[in-house]
Amino acid sequence: MSTNAQTISPHTMPETDYLNASYGIKSWLLTTDHKRIALLYLFSVTFFFFVGGIFATMIRIHLLTPGGYLVTPETYNKLFTMHGVAMIFFFLIPSIPAVLGNFLIPIMIGAKDLAFPKLNLLSWYIYLIGGGFVLYSFSTGGLDTGWTFYTPLSSVYSNSAVTAAVIGIFINGFSSILTGLNFVVTIHTMRAPGMTWFRLPLFVWSHYATSLIFILGTPVIAITLLLVALERVFHLGFFNPALGGDPILFQHLFWFYSHPAVYIMILPAMGVISEIIPTFARRPIFGYSFIAGSSIAIAVIGFLVWAHHMFLTGESLYAAIAFSLMSYLVAIPSAVKVFNWTSTLYKGSIALDTPMLYAMGFIGLFLIGGLTGLFLACLGLDIHLHDTYFVIAHFHYIMVGGAVMGYLGGLHFWWPKISGRMYPEFLARAAAIILFIGFNLTFFPQFLLGYMGMPRRYHSYPPELQVLNVMSTAGASILALGYLLPIIYLVWSYKYGRVAGPNPWPATGLEWKTQSPPLTENFDVTPVVDWEPYDFEHRPDLALEPGVGGLLPAHGDD
Amino acid sequence: MHRTGELYGQFETLEQQKDTATLGMWVFLVTEVLFFGGMFMTYTINRHAYSAAFGVGGNTLDLKLGGGNTVVLIMSSLTMAMAVWSAQVGKKQLITLFLILTLLLGGVFLGVKAIEYKQKYDHHLIPGQSFDITFCSNHPAPCGISAEDAAKEKTEIAEAFEKDPNLNSHAQLYFSLYFGMTGLHALHMIIGAGLLLWLIKEAVAKRFGPGYNTPVDITGLYWHFVDIVWIYLFPLLYLIDRHN
Repeated sequence: MSTNAQTISPHTMPETDYLNASYGIKSWLLTTDHKRIALLYLFSVTFFFFVGGIFATMIRIHLLTPGGYLVTPETYNKLFTMHGVAMIFFFLIPSIPAVLGNFLIPIMIGAKDLAFPKLNLLSWYIYLIGGGFVLYSFSTGGLDTGWTFYTPLSSVYSNSAVTAAVIGIFINGFSSILTGLNFVVTIHTMRAPGMTWFRLPLFVWSHYATSLIFILGTPVIAITLLLVALERVFHLGFFNPALGGDPILFQHLFWFYSHPAVYIMILPAMGVISEIIPTFARRPIFGYSFIAGSSIAIAVIGFLVWAHHMFLTGESLYAAIAFSLMSYLVAIPSAVKVFNWTSTLYKGSIALDTPMLYAMGFIGLFLIGGLTGLFLACLGLDIHLHDTYFVIAHFHYIMVGGAVMGYLGGLHFWWPKISGRMYPEFLARAAAIILFIGFNLTFFPQFLLGYMGMPRRYHSYPPELQVLNVMSTAGASILALGYLLPIIYLVWSYKYGRVAGPNPWPATGLEWKTQSPPLTENFDVTPVVDWEPYDFEHRPDLALEPGVGGLLPAHGDD
Repeated sequence: MHRTGELYGQFETLEQQKDTATLGMWVFLVTEVLFFGGMFMTYTINRHAYSAAFGVGGNTLDLKLGGGNTVVLIMSSLTMAMAVWSAQVGKKQLITLFLILTLLLGGVFLGVKAIEYKQKYDHHLIPGQSFDITFCSNHPAPCGISAEDAAKEKTEIAEAFEKDPNLNSHAQLYFSLYFGMTGLHALHMIIGAGLLLWLIKEAVAKRFGPGYNTPVDITGLYWHFVDIVWIYLFPLLYLIDRHN
């Protein structure tokens, strides 16, 4: 299964599935099928990924020379702001939950759809309206406040189109809230008979944790940005020191959401990795309940660390110490996951298929991103590293090396389920390796730049830092190639790929027990679950040879 | 997904459907708590920082209108609860009656709120260029207060100015929060009124009874939540530091 040599498939495409159940533009724009809505999201987040990617490309080209000749300093401010806004709010946050989560959660738990299908469609339209406002802001003067919208720059001094952007992100927040609400309720009430909480795939656990953050965090950023918009339009003073308001209060409210939002972006990717690793190691996941519990722990502790973004605001030393300690604490559940994934690989029969390459890449890059996070959680070190390229490199290792790698790994892993066809394996592996190389070449030099003191958000830098900047830009061009390749061959394989069959890997989840692509109702009859998760041994339906290395659980850890 | 009778296609049983809808509303209310929470936080921080200005600001509110409105809203919660009960026991005429009563009481609340907003406009208490916290103490006639009360208010404001020389701008902060919080609350009331109109239409068509009353039930949850928000807003905005 893992080579491209086998071009003739023993399988045929099913006669009816969710893709050909009905035709016409209306059958897509008015659909309540979670799988079709997932595809609508797939197109829209890909669009915003390229919008954000174009801004990133321009930033990297500008930084090729120390003086920076491509754009003016004002335009440079707008470029990094719009890159951040497009990528964070309109790609990273919705990417895995709204595309893969939407597609998979009902199937994984044996339901016909999410609990509130119409609300699901509404979420997508809200996303589009919010995205429309933001694109309007981008195209009518842009946005130069940084994605963090710090006041009073955003509320009083900025001359760019802040109001439209803030309203767009406010609106888009409700898309997140409704998606999170839908997932939580679905996981509580829509599970098939026998699908107990501790039989849920870890992907579902991580989305449950993510949804908790959607529900508890997003309303706070919504009200905060609403206050900024009111302040800007009506000249009120909530966060304006000239009128008695408190700009630090804005930072607290902003980071109360925006730090947990980092976990919104990484937790679903961790869920993807937890599905890929056991499948391609042919072994039950090591420490199921610890991985499930660590997702919840990350979501909970993640709410108690926000002020580590504000060590330099003059907050009380005791508060800073507490927030620093809490930030160290998040490393524990994160490390639990990494240790469990690597333990799963131990003595497994590992197949390096494309999804597995992404998963391996994820573990390595997340490790670097996570450990450098500890540097920044350290009070003394953060004073040196704050607002330098070290921070940029750190969070790109988590966001791009972690979240985007997880997203692409998941997209490849479930592409046979989504489209019913296999992508060309050789090209896909090549793209995964190109991405890994390009990513490290882009962002590792930025750790060094930051350590040497290059500040973020500056349009120029001293000439002695040019070599590392040129390396970073060169890496970015390789990275761009790595992103274009999957777009091309995934689109190609949608029509011409080899027919995948219901379970090409084979994997153990419920989603692999239905046809590919699934029916609109997902299953012919509601399934009854009588097996444990990731159990390869007691699953004759997977047609694995008995006794092949790694099939047996190494121990009874659950 | 097609639906069979009252059962939507994604569900197996009516019971599962009801549980799902109820849980959905509770989770939504949790998000609402956090949504209002940001404003309550902003209020708390500023109240702590500028207690003199917030005291003066709170004193300008009309206790009779605010208190009366609180009673009206609590009554509307009672009629809403009665509507839910009528649906559960199947008294179909009563459902419509109680829903209409709830809608009327909600309308009274919003009407009184509009009168209060108008009053603030007349008293120059809208944040902006023309904001003047001393307006009523200097011009008792257009504010409709006696010269004696105006003199009393004047000394109070003078005392507050001694504690806080930027009283006028900090009082604007109070009124920004007053309009922000009560405005957001009123917006929720208007959405609630819209839901009630839809429920009344359905109730007239005799859709609800002991077997199917989820929409009445969860709209009731929402209505009570909006009431509870007011129960917190009223003392925070009207009662703290009250002395007349």
